[in-house]
Amino acid sequence: MNLVSQTAKSMSMPNSSVSWKSGEPDPFPAGLRVLVVDDDPTCLMILEKMLLNCLYEVTKCNRAEMALSLLRENKNGYDIVISDVHMPDMDGFKLLEHIGLEMDLPVIMMSADDGKSVVMKGVTHGACDYLIKPVRIEALKNIWQHVVRKRKHEWKDIEQSGSIEDGEQQQKQTDDADFSSSANEGSWRKRRKDEEDQVEDRDDTSALKKPRVVWSVELHQQFVAAVNQLGIDKAVPKKILELMNVPGLTRENVASHLQKYRLYLRRLSGVSQHQSGLNNSFGGPPDATFGSVSSFNGLDLQALAATGQIPAQSLATLQAAALGRSTTKSGISVPLMDQRNLFSFEGPKLRFGEGSQQPQQSNNNNKQINLLHGIPTTMEPKQLANLHQSAQQSFRGMNMQVNNAHGNQSSSLLVQMSQPPQSRPQILNDTNVNHLSRLPSSLPQPTLSGGMPSSAALARNGMVDNARGAVYNSVSQASSMVDFSITQNTDLPGNSFPLANNPSAITSKGVLREEVNSEMKGSRGFAPSYDIFSDLHQHKSQDWELQNVGLAFNASQHSNMQGCLDVQPSVLVHQGFSSNQNSLQNRNTSVGKVMFSAGEESGHGNAHNIDQQLNTFVADNSLIKAESLPEASCQNMLFPEQFTQEDLMSILLKQQEGLGQVANEFGFDGYPLDDLPV
Amino acid sequence: MERSQMHRQLANMRKALFDQGFLDEQFVQLEELQDDANPNFVEEIVTLYYRDSSRSILNIEQALERSPQDFTKLDSYMHQFKGSSSSIGAKKVKHECTQFREYCKEGNGEGCKRTFQQLQKEYSTLKKKLEAYFQLARQIGPIETATRPK
Repeated sequence: MNLVSQTAKSMSMPNSSVSWKSGEPDPFPAGLRVLVVDDDPTCLMILEKMLLNCLYEVTKCNRAEMALSLLRENKNGYDIVISDVHMPDMDGFKLLEHIGLEMDLPVIMMSADDGKSVVMKGVTHGACDYLIKPVRIEALKNIWQHVVRKRKHEWKDIEQSGSIEDGEQQQKQTDDADFSSSANEGSWRKRRKDEEDQVEDRDDTSALKKPRVVWSVELHQQFVAAVNQLGIDKAVPKKILELMNVPGLTRENVASHLQKYRLYLRRLSGVSQHQSGLNNSFGGPPDATFGSVSSFNGLDLQALAATGQIPAQSLATLQAAALGRSTTKSGISVPLMDQRNLFSFEGPKLRFGEGSQQPQQSNNNNKQINLLHGIPTTMEPKQLANLHQSAQQSFRGMNMQVNNAHGNQSSSLLVQMSQPPQSRPQILNDTNVNHLSRLPSSLPQPTLSGGMPSSAALARNGMVDNARGAVYNSVSQASSMVDFSITQNTDLPGNSFPLANNPSAITSKGVLREEVNSEMKGSRGFAPSYDIFSDLHQHKSQDWELQNVGLAFNASQHSNMQGCLDVQPSVLVHQGFSSNQNSLQNRNTSVGKVMFSAGEESGHGNAHNIDQQLNTFVADNSLIKAESLPEASCQNMLFPEQFTQEDLMSILLKQQEGLGQVANEFGFDGYPLDDLPV
Repeated sequence: MERSQMHRQLANMRKALFDQGFLDEQFVQLEELQDDANPNFVEEIVTLYYRDSSRSILNIEQALERSPQDFTKLDSYMHQFKGSSSSIGAKKVKHECTQFREYCKEGNGEGCKRTFQQLQKEYSTLKKKLEAYFQLARQIGPIETATRPK
């Protein structure tokens, strides 16, 4: 049965935001335009009937891609989307991200799966509700509340952006802007209620409806450029709007987009912290170094230096390297470009979406970007430039903050990493999250983000360092980096960065670099056996991903995350977790494709094989990493994701290639980070 | 057969289906959706379910025969199948699905096969019972079926 985009209208209304005629009593919520997406025709039909019985306008769709194109074609054609989680053509969470970024519509997730992790995933990805199948009509009767809530929130933005930058409303706005998402949801809802009380005369929600702004790639690039220019701390919607200078764009459009962006960054930083932490713990000095180096882009370095954990000299070196590096990115451009092109999604959106859902990832991106700057990798200038540019563009501001956060964490992680493994368990025990978050911070390595082919090399190298973690880190980092680069084809050269942020990615980078640079090996004891490495990578990527998740949590908990991270630890943990996974997964999906091309470029085109290996390895790795990494949960989530592994591998491969170069440039023989005080 | 007798018979059939655990509350939800605009809604849904799920059944069958078995895939198929089954209120079928997924998590191929056989039995039994039920309902007439007592 072909149920593609059948529309059942309970009311014949023009497809406009205001669906009722003036003069008549507001029939809201009747006429609410719902788009329901589910590959199961039975469920789809039942839902449609239920929604019709609620007097909503229903459009049903059995494919996520179809749903996206429907939404894109009718920018303001729908008020709310209900989507299944498990769909064959696209993961429901991915769809959720896209919709959130591109159309900013409330999305409700549904599944027969009522496991806490899946529900949490929905939360972190920005779903406004989660329904357990079989869905009852009572559950659908009140979905209109999500539409109203969102409108009111946007309305508030408008008001606040108007003239009242300060004042009691500022506080409210700040709360919203901080967007601790689920963490603040309670207070947010409370604020809503207050607002509702205030705007009783505006209970006609039609007045709150605004034409939706579609954040195209170009628009998002402009946005990111403006944010970076202002600095993430100072990036207020008003100024961003002025900088962007886009006719027709309102401050509230920018404000809501900024919120999402921050969430995305937060997720990235969580992941990157995760990764760097992982690197630290796993990697021998090189990894740690790399991780920290990568995250030492500007702020990170400063942060680390500030914390006194990084020798000032190393910091300076890193910084110099990073700066030098940033200008030399070009080599990566090719694979990146290809990757970008492969991304049909709005580039920034996509990345954003993926990143937004997972603050950790965004952090990664940021970190990676920074890394590139700071690390004078030998990556081909083009590549680096690409990565750098993209990363910078999108995440410059965020990176800074993230890096700082990560930097702090990485330094601490580095310290830990240099510690004997025992310390690791401690760290790990400290809530896997902490451990994980720490790792990522050290992980972000610019080289990885560059998607340097060295990463691939690294992957191949069986860097059998006893610091498996490091390898894993690098692997996962590679993947994360790659993923990002791919997804963020336009804005974020730093796509590769996000991967780097992932602890795994970072480690892989580190590892990769070592591999590539024969000199590097010495200190690590990385065996340049590519096979082993790939195996390790696979495992590691898995582990790292999990770790990343954990780390992401930590990162957020640390509240090192500057800028928009106002996440409460518990919340972040979960968010980081799921988002990490999600982002990785999501990215993997998109990256996977790209990665293949990238991987091929580096000569490791067998990402798929790697994935398989990774899958195997991951499972093993999880066992290996008995240490408290919250892999168990992460793994559960990650493992089913074949893409993740693939992505990781590709990223690794790319990173390896890139890393090798970077490492060379740095000339890291020993790893300065080794000396970091514990 | 007299109309009122048919009504009673239909009501009894329906009650038995619930009492014997073949159907659960979700089926009632479907019944409540049935109205004048869609007088045969429940039958349509159930027909759609059996048509669509036969594909899932086939997939699972084939996947079970493979060696080694891919439990992730099996679990995924079953998750999908469970979702549909629960949405029409097929209680016993749903229970077998849950059991099957448990075995998948354990990697117990034999357990999966056994459960799947049981599942298929429940699946066919329910199908026959519902077919008979709808046949009678159609005989009585759409309006009456829509207002049958709960």
